[in-house]
Amino acid sequence: MNKEQTIAELKNIVKPYIANQEAFDTLTEDTDFINDLKINSANLVDVILDIEEKYDIIIDNEAMERMINVKAALEIIETKLSEKM
Amino acid sequence: MKKRVVITGLGVVAPNGVGLEAFTHAIKNGISGIKHDPELERLQFSCQIAGKPEVSTELALNYFSELELRNFNSTGILYGVIAGIDAWKDAGLSLAINENPDWDSGTIFGTGTSGIDKFRESIYKIDDFQTRRLGSTAVAQTMNSGVSAYLGGKLGLGNQVTTNSSACTTGTESVLMAYDRIKSGQAKRILAGSTSDSGPYIWGGFDAMKVCTFKHNQDPQHGSRPMSESASGFVPGSGAGALVLEDLETAIARGATIYAEVLGGHVNSGGQRGLGTMTAPNPVAVQKCITTALKNAEITAKDIDAINGHLTATSKDSLEIQNWSEALDRNGIDFPYINSLKSMVGHCLSGAGSIESVASILQLHHGFIFPNTNCPDLHPEIKALIDQTRIPQQAIEMELNIIAKASFGFGDVNGCVIFKRYKQN
Repeated sequence: MNKEQTIAELKNIVKPYIANQEAFDTLTEDTDFINDLKINSANLVDVILDIEEKYDIIIDNEAMERMINVKAALEIIETKLSEKM
Repeated sequence: MKKRVVITGLGVVAPNGVGLEAFTHAIKNGISGIKHDPELERLQFSCQIAGKPEVSTELALNYFSELELRNFNSTGILYGVIAGIDAWKDAGLSLAINENPDWDSGTIFGTGTSGIDKFRESIYKIDDFQTRRLGSTAVAQTMNSGVSAYLGGKLGLGNQVTTNSSACTTGTESVLMAYDRIKSGQAKRILAGSTSDSGPYIWGGFDAMKVCTFKHNQDPQHGSRPMSESASGFVPGSGAGALVLEDLETAIARGATIYAEVLGGHVNSGGQRGLGTMTAPNPVAVQKCITTALKNAEITAKDIDAINGHLTATSKDSLEIQNWSEALDRNGIDFPYINSLKSMVGHCLSGAGSIESVASILQLHHGFIFPNTNCPDLHPEIKALIDQTRIPQQAIEMELNIIAKASFGFGDVNGCVIFKRYKQN
């Protein structure tokens, strides 16, 4: 998995939900979905569904709880993709 | 002290016109919004015609964000929000986003169901073990108060935000609930209105009851025939109407256009006793609703210039005329003018009362009576009660002072509201 590419893909996925354009423009691994991007917490489940669809993976409840920032999202995507191999 | 209550804004999403201008033109000219519905035909409905407002995605984007429209599948909320925001703007009220809610303004926006298509979509997912894939807005779109919740957020309303539900009386009831709240001084302004979902899942139950016409599938525009001898059931419809009700002093202070005054009204139920059932009105209750409305409005029966009836195009139309005639003790040539919007839009169910209230107010404000279409063959039982000239088939331009608007619904519930032309000093 190419991290830069995945971040770019992730950026595309969260784009419709963000409320802080500046944090979005400067998005890094350390960016937090709620605190930085100001994504409505209710919309986090939509972000996760969009990620599932994009990578054809299933994100379980435990992983979902952890998926609050870019770093965690990258890790979870990587893990789930490797499980598929 | 009891406050006087006036109407300062109107919005409408109707099968024969979306927006005030298009709707006013349509009702003045007897333009029908009833069309053949290919989906009802595919599903082998008996009645394959319907009244459905035309709302493009482009138009919807003026009221909803792209994100809000993602996975959005609730026609009732779509119509209600458009009508509600239009009424708010028409009243000259601001859409600016402030830090604090507007504590003096609320909404009472009724509906029978919410997001029935979204509900269906969700049920299929749940039964397919896909509950986790419902997304974040399944609740907001399918809760009955979804429409008032969307409006409350868009307008920043800080007073009461609720949804009432009383079948086909819903819209008339919401106007009266808003009136009560303002009259008692608990709010300065209430966005009143109602909406109804479109489509087979809302209309199917009526089709099964055989209360919709099956005789006009090839002739949609002539299908809805209130008061006609050849009426053969109602045509299902949908849409929303919205009215900004406001305390008179507040309205004057901000220099608002005042369309009309709400003098009062009444809601009641026949208790499904006597001749009343789940689906048929108890005439004693209907007449009591009308006479009590007059009393509350402090007018007499002879003050009424025109009636906007419920008149759905079922066998109950004659009974409704009889109820009006007995309640007002007026008949023949002495009967007020009466019309039914349903000849043009069908029966918009929970949206009906508010769309028809908007039509009533437009008549008072612009000075006209819209025509009854599709009843050149008036029912003989109706002709025996009132003079045919009382049921205009062409629009009449005339100044009206008072209109009584009534709605009757399943559950044997009734609502009657009295509107008066407002003369600006």
